[in-house]
Amino acid sequence: MDLLTNALHDAFAPIAISYVLAAIGLNIHYGYTGLLNFGQAAFAAVGAYGMAVLIVSFDVPLVPALLLALVGAVLLALVMGLPTLRLRADYLAIVTIAVAEIARLIFSTSFKQYFNARDGVQGFTADFRDLNPYGEGAIGFSRNDLWVITVGWLLVALVLAFVFLLMRSPWGRVLKSIREDEDAVRSLGKNVYSYKLQALILGGVIGALGGFVGALGKGSVQPDSFNTDFTFIAFTMLILGGAARVMSPVVGAVLFWFLLTFMDVLLKRITGDGGFVPGWLLNPDQTGNVRFMIVGLVLMLLMIFRPQGIFGDKKELAIDAR
Amino acid sequence: MQIGTRAADTPPRPQTRGRGGIPSHRSVLRFLAPLLLALVILGVAPSAQAASAAEDGYRVTVNLRDTSNDNAPVEGVDITATPEGGEAVEATTDADGRAVLEIPAEFQGATVLVELDEDSLPDGAAMREGAPAEQTVTLNISTVGVTFLIGEDNRNVMTKWDRVPASIYNGLLFGLIMAMAALGLSMVFGTTGLTNFSHGELVTFGAVCTMLLNTSLGVPFLLAVPITVVAAVGVGWLQDRFLWAPLRHRGIGLIAMMIVSIGLQFFLRNFFAYITGSRTEVYDEYATGAGSDFAGLFTYTTRDIIIAGVCIVVLAAVIAGLSYTRLGRATRAVSDNPALAAATGINVDRVVSTVWMVGTALAALAGTFLAFQLGVTYQIGQLMLLLLFAACCVGGLGSVWGALVGSLIIGVLIELSALVIPPDLKNAGALLLLVIILLVRPQGLLGRRERIG
Repeated sequence: MDLLTNALHDAFAPIAISYVLAAIGLNIHYGYTGLLNFGQAAFAAVGAYGMAVLIVSFDVPLVPALLLALVGAVLLALVMGLPTLRLRADYLAIVTIAVAEIARLIFSTSFKQYFNARDGVQGFTADFRDLNPYGEGAIGFSRNDLWVITVGWLLVALVLAFVFLLMRSPWGRVLKSIREDEDAVRSLGKNVYSYKLQALILGGVIGALGGFVGALGKGSVQPDSFNTDFTFIAFTMLILGGAARVMSPVVGAVLFWFLLTFMDVLLKRITGDGGFVPGWLLNPDQTGNVRFMIVGLVLMLLMIFRPQGIFGDKKELAIDAR
Repeated sequence: MQIGTRAADTPPRPQTRGRGGIPSHRSVLRFLAPLLLALVILGVAPSAQAASAAEDGYRVTVNLRDTSNDNAPVEGVDITATPEGGEAVEATTDADGRAVLEIPAEFQGATVLVELDEDSLPDGAAMREGAPAEQTVTLNISTVGVTFLIGEDNRNVMTKWDRVPASIYNGLLFGLIMAMAALGLSMVFGTTGLTNFSHGELVTFGAVCTMLLNTSLGVPFLLAVPITVVAAVGVGWLQDRFLWAPLRHRGIGLIAMMIVSIGLQFFLRNFFAYITGSRTEVYDEYATGAGSDFAGLFTYTTRDIIIAGVCIVVLAAVIAGLSYTRLGRATRAVSDNPALAAATGINVDRVVSTVWMVGTALAALAGTFLAFQLGVTYQIGQLMLLLLFAACCVGGLGSVWGALVGSLIIGVLIELSALVIPPDLKNAGALLLLVIILLVRPQGLLGRRERIG
């Protein structure tokens, strides 16, 4: 039974929420605007590190720290977007993945007095935990986790409502038409470059919110949790749910995380002592690799056979392939 | 990408690189690095030392070398060793600069004061300034080495400027190898428009395939390389036949194809991690070569020169093939305009299939060679992918010469930047150049304007 309960537990845990928010950000980039951002991990990293370092090293209170970290995410979007958004889609993809890697390298090797290299930053959760109204943990979550989950899912709900309203507004319709046919939008006198930049900033800021929730849930920030895998997992979640649908990142992420944990427990059970899979084929250390091999395969197959995911509308997603 | 000195944080010194007899297995190197460093500091001759307590007494060995006199042995120096609570033992260094002081077994664990008689130093030899003429050691292993620093300190005489030629040499070598992979990426991009995010994994494929053939099946390296290249041609054909060609025929968008390539990258990377058990391996052969000095500027090995030669021959062959053969001309025609090429009777699918085969083979060959510098690890692909993007964008995405020039620039830049910024960050420098070049000259140095749209 723990096969299901573990999976269900993880599907709603803080770490899942951080992926949900990252995927909502990617939905604005890819689903609504057609921008290929492969560096969402950098936004989450800037959010998480910004908050953690400001609180730990500079004694900034929680709320200003959060706001300043969001400013950091805006600056990062400008760095990524300014050189590339005038160019073909693949240049943005290349630069975002490169900037994400630069960010991770800097967090893991430089300014060690602030970032503590691979050990990461700890001890920034006190202010947040003081606000915790819960007396004790419940349904398998600790008291702290429960508080993070409450705040996290509330945040998700707020962001979703915001995205829903935004995409029905004239601004959102311009984004969607940029995705369909950039030249047509330009011929209507819209500044496509500026709209793309705004979309990149907005999605990045939501990604940074994901960084906050992940960091507060774990109580620490490490550079390696923001490698390129983070972005690609968020992407797979988005495409699983169906791009350009408000709810799809949530469904995709919860489903994805459920399946990932399910596979983990299952693979661990059938390998090692007591399992029937021989050690030369698969030992418990390798189950992580096999899990992610399946993730890669799922992303490929989804993109080939059902690019609209579970909820998407194939007609709507005729992304302008330039 | 220094060769052979990666494990040590010391500046690359020719001496450590070519030192014979040291097995170069990476884990051994990692283990040896602090030890070597300790040896340099202590000046102990790297002789095998039994770690167990000796029953037939302890030996304190002294090995004197004059660093001012080309590390010549210093003969005829009186050394005294006095174990705590015991009698002094005396010895004089022989023609090899060695002196051995025997101390009875009863002094196990005792501290010994070892003194050098400065008056007995031969003419011209002097203690290094500030270096002590007496030291204490503890007898916990049967043979304890002690050193006294004689002559001036020439360990760190290499300045940053002195390391520039070696950095350029290493960078050019790295760039040449990378150019093969970059050429493949650029050709695929030119003919299909696809930015292939799984290209780095094809580089890893070369390294892992060669390693498996070489270490698991015992195939000689020189035979394993051609087999790997042939296998890569097969992989290139397979992935075009069963993945990319069907996608093209279905008219799937380029962005969707890019996401498919991301999925493939994710799959392959974890597949290679699964195969290698996430360990870093080395080939059984040619792991190190004896270094030779080139005009005092840098050290090269025969292996690296042969690798560079192979790279140049292969690159020249591919570029000549693109320029002068029928298929090459057809490839360039497809790059320019696939529809027009098809209209003139060129079989676009066959051209693209060939490009995939050649591109994969080039990537795999690059991976085979890169593994000498990076080790055989599943992480080669992820690292190389970004560097390849940087190289292609700097040179000009889709341009053949651009891929070559870009790779050399990136290779040299990485090595030179390691002189100024922390070596951990040197790859970030390449990626930064990528961002800057897109900002000021988005088509790259040799690219054409219309491609970037």
